[in-house]
Amino acid sequence: MLLHDTALIYGRYARQSLRSRFALLFGVLTPLLYLLFFGPLLTGLPLGGRGSSWQVLVPGLLLQLGLFGALFAGFAIIMEKGQGVVERMRVTPVSRLALLLGRVLRDATVFVFQAVLLVLAALVMGLRAPLAGIVIGFAFVALLTLSLASLSYALGMLVRTPQEFGPLINMVSMPSMLLSGLMLPMSLAPRWLDVLSHLVPFRYLVDAVRDAYVGRYASAHMLYGVLVAVGFAAFSVIVGTRVFRTAGA
Amino acid sequence: MAAVISAAGLARTFQTKRGPVAAVRGIDLTVAEGEILGLLGPNGAGKTTTLRMLTTLLAPTGGTASIAGHDLASDPAGVRRACGYVAQSGGVDGQITVREELVTQGRLYRLTKHQAMARAEELAHALGMDELLDRKAGTLSGGRRRRLDIAMALTHRPRVLFLDEPTTGLDPGSRANLWSLVGRLREERGTTVFLTTHYLDEADALCDRLVVVDRGVVAAEGTPSALKLRHGGSTDASLQDAFLAISAGQTPKDAQHAAP
Repeated sequence: MLLHDTALIYGRYARQSLRSRFALLFGVLTPLLYLLFFGPLLTGLPLGGRGSSWQVLVPGLLLQLGLFGALFAGFAIIMEKGQGVVERMRVTPVSRLALLLGRVLRDATVFVFQAVLLVLAALVMGLRAPLAGIVIGFAFVALLTLSLASLSYALGMLVRTPQEFGPLINMVSMPSMLLSGLMLPMSLAPRWLDVLSHLVPFRYLVDAVRDAYVGRYASAHMLYGVLVAVGFAAFSVIVGTRVFRTAGA
Repeated sequence: MAAVISAAGLARTFQTKRGPVAAVRGIDLTVAEGEILGLLGPNGAGKTTTLRMLTTLLAPTGGTASIAGHDLASDPAGVRRACGYVAQSGGVDGQITVREELVTQGRLYRLTKHQAMARAEELAHALGMDELLDRKAGTLSGGRRRRLDIAMALTHRPRVLFLDEPTTGLDPGSRANLWSLVGRLREERGTTVFLTTHYLDEADALCDRLVVVDRGVVAAEGTPSALKLRHGGSTDASLQDAFLAISAGQTPKDAQHAAP
C-alpha cells in the first residue's frame, strides 16, 4: 500500500512539475551564474587538495542547488493548505508516509535533473571528473534534497503564512552555505572556522562529493559523508512523517 | 434506525500561548442511517472543530465517537474509508483538470485505475458535469466548483458525507441546486449527510434534524419544527426566532452575532 500510495502522490506532483517547465529550468540559474562568473576566478588559485578548481567548485554548487532549492519546497505546501488540498488528502486512507515521500521523491527527481544540467554546463567550462564520481555526486544531491525537503514540508505544515516561513528558511540557508564550505574548501579556513563548520552536516557531504570527483571512493571523508547523509535523511523523513500524521493544519 | 454516527463527550482543547482554550467542551450526538443532520451555531461555537474530529483530521482531547461502526480512536483508517468530507475551502488544485483530480482522489481511496476512471465519468454524469471533465478546476464557476468538491468526496461511495458550510458564498440558484443534490444522494444511495451551516433557511429546508451548538456544547436539538415550537413559541415561528432564543439563553451578544 505504501508503494501504491507513494507512486500515486509522486505522479500527481511530477505532472505538476512537468506543467511548469520554466520553474524546472529556473532553479539551475543561480548555481549556473556562480559557475560562469565565479568559477573562472578560481582556476589559478591554490585550493589545496587534488584535481582542478572545477573539481572543488562543482561539488559545492551541486549541494548549493539542493540546499537552496529543497529548503524552499515547503512554500508549496503552505499554498496547498490554503486551497484545502492537504486536508482533502488527509481524510482519505492514504498512507501519511506516502503523502511526504511522494512529494520529496518528486523534489529529488527535479534536483537531480537540474544537477545533470549543471554538470553538463560545467563540462563545457572545463570540468573533468570520473563518471563514477559524478554519479556518486548525484546520489548525494538526491539524499540531501530528500532530507531538506522533508524538513521544509514539515515546517510548511506548522507555520500559517509564507511570511513566517521565508525568514526562517533564510536564517538556516545562508549560514549553512557559508559554514559548509560550498564555495571554497574549509581546509583553507582558520582553525576556529574549520571547527565550527564541522558542526554543520552539509560540510561532510561536500567533502565526500569532492573526494568522489577526484576518484577517491574509499576515503574517510566518503565514509563520514555517507553516514551523515543517510542519518540526516532518516531523521528528516521521521520528523516529516510525524508532522504529516498529527498536524492539525 | 441504527445510529451511523455516535459521539459521547467529544471534546477538544487547544494549547495556545495564552493557555488552554476549550473549543469543544463535550458533545453528545447520534445520527441515524440516511439522516440529514444540520449542525448550527454562532461563529466559534465549535462546529468546524467537531467536524474535523469526526473526520480524523484532529485528534479529540476527550470523549469517544464511532462512525459507521468504526471507532474514531482505534480505527481511524476504517472511519476514513466510510466518510467523505468537504471542507469550507474545498480542496482542488485549480491548475489540474477535473478528470485528473477525480481519478487521483478515487485512487487515494484505493480504487483501481480502471475503477477510478469509470467512477469519475459516472460522477461527472450524475452531477451534470460531463462537458467539464477536461477543463481545469480553476476555470469553473463557484457553483460548479462546489459540485466538484462534493464529487471529490463521493469517489468511494461513502456511507457518511460531511459538508462544512457547503453553500457559503454561492448564489441562490447554485444553493438550490446543491440542496437538491444532497437530497438526491440520500434518496438514491441512502447516504447519511452531516453538514454545518449558518443559513437557517437551508437548515429548515434540507435537514431532518438540527443540533445547535454554542460555546462547545449542544444547546438544543430536534427537528426544525420541534425547535420552533419549543424555543420560538409555535411551529409557525421562524427558525431564526428559535435560534436567537436558544443562543440568547447563553449570551445575547453571541446571538446577535450569529444572526445572518
